[in-house]
Amino acid sequence: MSQVATAEAGDGVLDKISDVLIARPKLLTLLLLLPPLLWIGIVYVGSLFALLLQSFYSLDYFSGLIVREFTLSTYKQLLEEANFQIILRTVTMAALVTLACSVIAFPIAYYAARYARGWTKAFFYLAVMMPLWSSYLVKVYAWKLILAKEGIVTWFAESVHLAWLLNGILALPVIGGPSLSFSYIGTFLVFVYVWIPYMILPVQAALERVPTNYLEASADLGATPKQTFWTVVFPLALPGIVAGSIFTFSLTLGDYIIPQIVGNSRLFIGQAVYTLQGTAGNIPLAAAFTVVPMIIMGFYLWMAKRMGAFDVL
Amino acid sequence: MAPPMPPAVRLVNLSRRFGSIRAVDDVTLDVAEGEFFAMLGPSGSGKTTCLRLIAGFEQPSKGHIEIFGETAEGVPPYKRNVNTVFQDYALFPHMTVGENVAYGLKIKGIARAEREAKARDALAMVKLAGYEDRRPAQLSGGQRQRVALSRALVNGPKVLLLDEPLGALDLKLREQMQEELRALQKELGITFVLVTHDQGEALSMANRVAIFKDGRIVQVGSPEDVYERPQSRFVADFVGSSNVLSPAFASSHGGAAKWTSLRPEKIGVFPAGALAPAENAHADGDIKMINYQGSVTRFSVEAEDMRITAELRGDAERFNEGDSVRLIWPLSAMVTMEDDA
Repeated sequence: MSQVATAEAGDGVLDKISDVLIARPKLLTLLLLLPPLLWIGIVYVGSLFALLLQSFYSLDYFSGLIVREFTLSTYKQLLEEANFQIILRTVTMAALVTLACSVIAFPIAYYAARYARGWTKAFFYLAVMMPLWSSYLVKVYAWKLILAKEGIVTWFAESVHLAWLLNGILALPVIGGPSLSFSYIGTFLVFVYVWIPYMILPVQAALERVPTNYLEASADLGATPKQTFWTVVFPLALPGIVAGSIFTFSLTLGDYIIPQIVGNSRLFIGQAVYTLQGTAGNIPLAAAFTVVPMIIMGFYLWMAKRMGAFDVL
Repeated sequence: MAPPMPPAVRLVNLSRRFGSIRAVDDVTLDVAEGEFFAMLGPSGSGKTTCLRLIAGFEQPSKGHIEIFGETAEGVPPYKRNVNTVFQDYALFPHMTVGENVAYGLKIKGIARAEREAKARDALAMVKLAGYEDRRPAQLSGGQRQRVALSRALVNGPKVLLLDEPLGALDLKLREQMQEELRALQKELGITFVLVTHDQGEALSMANRVAIFKDGRIVQVGSPEDVYERPQSRFVADFVGSSNVLSPAFASSHGGAAKWTSLRPEKIGVFPAGALAPAENAHADGDIKMINYQGSVTRFSVEAEDMRITAELRGDAERFNEGDSVRLIWPLSAMVTMEDDA
């Protein structure tokens, strides 16, 4: 009874507030969005902007102090041979990792989307997600052991009398090295392993949205399975591949731990940033290095959009 | 004398099992060239599987399929000269309407200018001239249906398969499309095989109707045949929901001692005690329910332990639920059925 009376009179403070909010839905939306907007605006975009600003300062190499004057000289340093090599190395690695991830992920995602049902589907999700549950560092160190000279890969190659093949691969210029864990091949393998779930899941989600009757319609109109794949399945999966490649590409561009642990000690962008902002104290150059992946990703997304990768979304 | 034309579609003892379910069970059927053939049945009766077997999306477990005299089992869909209009249209969302329609021609390797011209003509045929550059998502259901139709027809199929093509449309549009499909079929002279669960659609569009039940064909004939002369209780009830009279009831009302079909619209409803003319039968009962449907009014009458439905046109307002009435129908309206299934 008393509840009814309160509701009718509408004299409680909360009632009045809810009356006001119901009458002004835009105000409600604004109130709900304010905290996340503040977070994004100040903490996220704000620090990005601060970073961008830093990249236009420069370091005075004599005093070790940062000169807070606008200059493009820091960006010019990026083009110096050693720094440019870092950028080139990282971008090449990211591109190759992305390519390998999409080639390996596609059949897995296709199987999961089209054929896996019941327990096979559950197994698929488990198999793809479970590596994500364990620590990234543990996985990378595990790989270091797997790829080490005394590791399981060498042991296996020797026991099936393929040591000559492994040694042949390690003897290759540039990508080879004393062992897999000290070579670009090793870095590449670990990158592909660590990022591949981020490719499989979006591709699988995209393929799930391709109904079987598109494939039937295509066959009905005379297309062989191969033609159907290239004219129907692939274009419809493309947004998923692009989404996945944004993950694998940008994660590889920014990572500084994997090349630190598995690799030949040549720097990647992430490591360069880590070293420059730490021991070297060259914040402007570190900031300029950080801007590089952003520019590359922006360009990549722009290209993807131009090529119509998002048309189906 | 020229050899007889092979039928457009011939199914011989065709079966398709899914595990222990016999989706299509020993179906034998000829569809003649130029025919508008309907496969009618409730959901799960095997009509769609039958169509998918003809299209090649399914392969038979047993039996034989011929399309214009050529063996079709084992032949993939892309090598069959049939095209399908899918229930939910299956238009490719990443292509424009024009690209969708030209898809089959593009696959065949026809030059761009020619296939675009043909696609334009095919769209004009279904009254969608000028829609080439739109996306399927920008079209209404009825327009998508037309695109699906022209995408199939542009390839010049010998047989067009239609899987519940009008199922997703509202009543008004459905009736309009029914007429257009009929006109199109007459104009093109292509064999149409239509799958539908809507008996009105099958009767109004097709030259011949096959009625499916549990994977089997229970009756094949012209629309008049299956409606006026159902051979089984199932057909009588499914096609136009006829009254199915028990052998005892039929024989005590001037019919044979067999299961008998009596169409609701053949029965007149009169006040109790009204005189039945010669060559007519009658039964007395009470109105249990009156169902007003606009152009007709359906009366559900309990007469001599049978629930009989009668359908009157117009002037039905003189009766109320609970009234005692006499039902009168001509003896000729009672159709004896051979099969009591």
